[in-house]
Amino acid sequence: MQAKESFGDLRPDNFLMKSVSNPAKVQLGVRDSTDLHLEFAGDWRVSSSVQPWETLCQELDKKRSEQVDVKTLSVSAGSIGAWDSVWMTYLLRLKDYSEQNELKWDTSSLPEGAVRLLNLALTVPEKKDARGKQEKQSKVAQVGHGFLNAIQGFKEAVTFFGECSIALGSFCVGKAKFRSRDFWTLVQECGIEALPIVALISFLVGLILAFVGSLQLQQFGASIYVANLVGVAMAREMGAIMTGIIMCGRTGAAFAAQLGSMKVNEEIAAFKTFGFNPIEFLALPRMIALALMMPLLCIFADLVGILGGMVVGVGMLDLSFSEYWSQTVRGVELRHFIVGLAKVAVFGVLVAITGCLRGMQCGSSSSSVGLATTSAVVLGITCIIIADAVFAIMLNALNL
Amino acid sequence: MSTDIHNSNPSQPLDLSNTDPNIEPQIEVKNLTMAYGSFVIMRDLNFRIPKGQVFIIMGGSGCGKSTLLRHLIGAIPPAEGSIFYESENFTTASDADRAKRMRKFGVLFQSGALWSSMTLAENVALPLEEYTDLKKSEIHELVRLKLALVGLKGFEDFYPSEISGGMCKRAGLARAMALDPEILFFDEPSAGLDPVSSKLLDDLILELKESLNTTIVVVTHELASIFAIGDNGIFLDPKTRRALAIGSPHALLEKSGIAAIEEFLTRGGEEN
Repeated sequence: MQAKESFGDLRPDNFLMKSVSNPAKVQLGVRDSTDLHLEFAGDWRVSSSVQPWETLCQELDKKRSEQVDVKTLSVSAGSIGAWDSVWMTYLLRLKDYSEQNELKWDTSSLPEGAVRLLNLALTVPEKKDARGKQEKQSKVAQVGHGFLNAIQGFKEAVTFFGECSIALGSFCVGKAKFRSRDFWTLVQECGIEALPIVALISFLVGLILAFVGSLQLQQFGASIYVANLVGVAMAREMGAIMTGIIMCGRTGAAFAAQLGSMKVNEEIAAFKTFGFNPIEFLALPRMIALALMMPLLCIFADLVGILGGMVVGVGMLDLSFSEYWSQTVRGVELRHFIVGLAKVAVFGVLVAITGCLRGMQCGSSSSSVGLATTSAVVLGITCIIIADAVFAIMLNALNL
Repeated sequence: MSTDIHNSNPSQPLDLSNTDPNIEPQIEVKNLTMAYGSFVIMRDLNFRIPKGQVFIIMGGSGCGKSTLLRHLIGAIPPAEGSIFYESENFTTASDADRAKRMRKFGVLFQSGALWSSMTLAENVALPLEEYTDLKKSEIHELVRLKLALVGLKGFEDFYPSEISGGMCKRAGLARAMALDPEILFFDEPSAGLDPVSSKLLDDLILELKESLNTTIVVVTHELASIFAIGDNGIFLDPKTRRALAIGSPHALLEKSGIAAIEEFLTRGGEEN
């Protein structure tokens, strides 16, 4: 095949080369007073500098207004050099132009390869009623749809919570089915593997609490009470809430991504076709693993947070280790730890449920896995904060 | 000369099936309408699949072939109509009855859908562990056999992420066959396979039909497979959102006289 009849030279290095030696040209003329004729010459490629379509269009309009008997729009390319898709798009625009202006489209003088490609591009007509093209909705309709979606989402969440509760009931009576190996792997992922990040964040939180507290307490000569402040805050509130948030961002997101990927790969559908309950097989072990590991992580976070406070107390406030420790033991009662542990167990279940819910609700594309993961983290943290507020009200009412 | 019957009698598909209407079908679909919300994908589907037949679901991309398969396996509830298995209404059955029926199904999904946290052997073994009283050693032998049947002997301890897409699909088939199901559903089994593997899969499907009298429902685009394995099939038309014809692939090609079917079965009119 001759070079000028081929689909150009599409090697990457040729795309980068600027073809200055054979510039793209198009010449407009009129033949027999009825034929608008365009003669293409030079290289018509991605790297070429071609005449803007709008300019050519204006020239065509001008010629048509001058020659009232124009019936045909013909194109030829006797001196054309290398060409690629750029020329094709130009020709397709000319074809559209000829249709819009009821001109006969004549390509008989074009290279054979170009005609074949043009025919290929025009074989399947444009689908004008494609479903992807959504009609623009009014604001009221958008609000209505949003509300309906929220109700549907709430229903799904309640259903999922119910299914998880039934699965938990089955587990308690020894009827739930899941693989013990999967469960122990999850315990490892939710427990030991989370220790470094929990340690780092808790240490820093303890440090910050002590630092901020010391600035105030020093003014009253009550620096020693930094130990109480850090101890009570970590045991009762910050240990639980920071563990909850860390695990939501780390493990809740991972659960959503794992289950979302399984949904995309049809693994969950495969569970269902074999008659296995995916809630029992997938959500239940995650829920139990997280509910078991979260209190342990919380105890660890409390101790590391107190250690962080101790570093400030000893380093900045001239307290000895034994003084700080004794004050912590005196200031932090067992009930503070129990309150913290009760909270974090609930947070664990919330993180597992929101992560698994969003994973199970995931769509069938890879982008929906990302959306499910993000949504799991946002929902999880929101639920943790709401639950913490409910705990605060209840504990206040119970005077605990 | 081809004629287009779209406008002649659109509600009734042309019936060229080669099965005795007096034989009780294993699968019967009555007035099935499939829809996602208010968008109807296919309406008024009616067909019967006798036991031991390979039934092909055909049609262009996006016409609802895989959706029909999902309706048949109970993954999607019908918008209208019913699906019967051995005269029992699967659509209105209780959850327990549906679960019992579904244990007689084997499904090969488009991607293989292997459980990624398990090895190939564990994937095949799980249904056997859950639904049979076989000893571990017996299950182990069965797993080896199933994997050997699909050419994956020696890959028992590999995870799905460690093997190719085609191998995943074959392993998915081994898992689908784990419980020796009465009905096997294949969603595009040949897609992504090389021609030799595709031919081996066709041979395996025919062998399962001949030796175990398994009913097999296949969604496929592969013309070679359609003609090699299909006893009967249904052709779905996305334009009218109805079935155009039912019958053996050869009969559909030679006798249907429907342009869309002839075009499909000859790769757009290409001469072999």
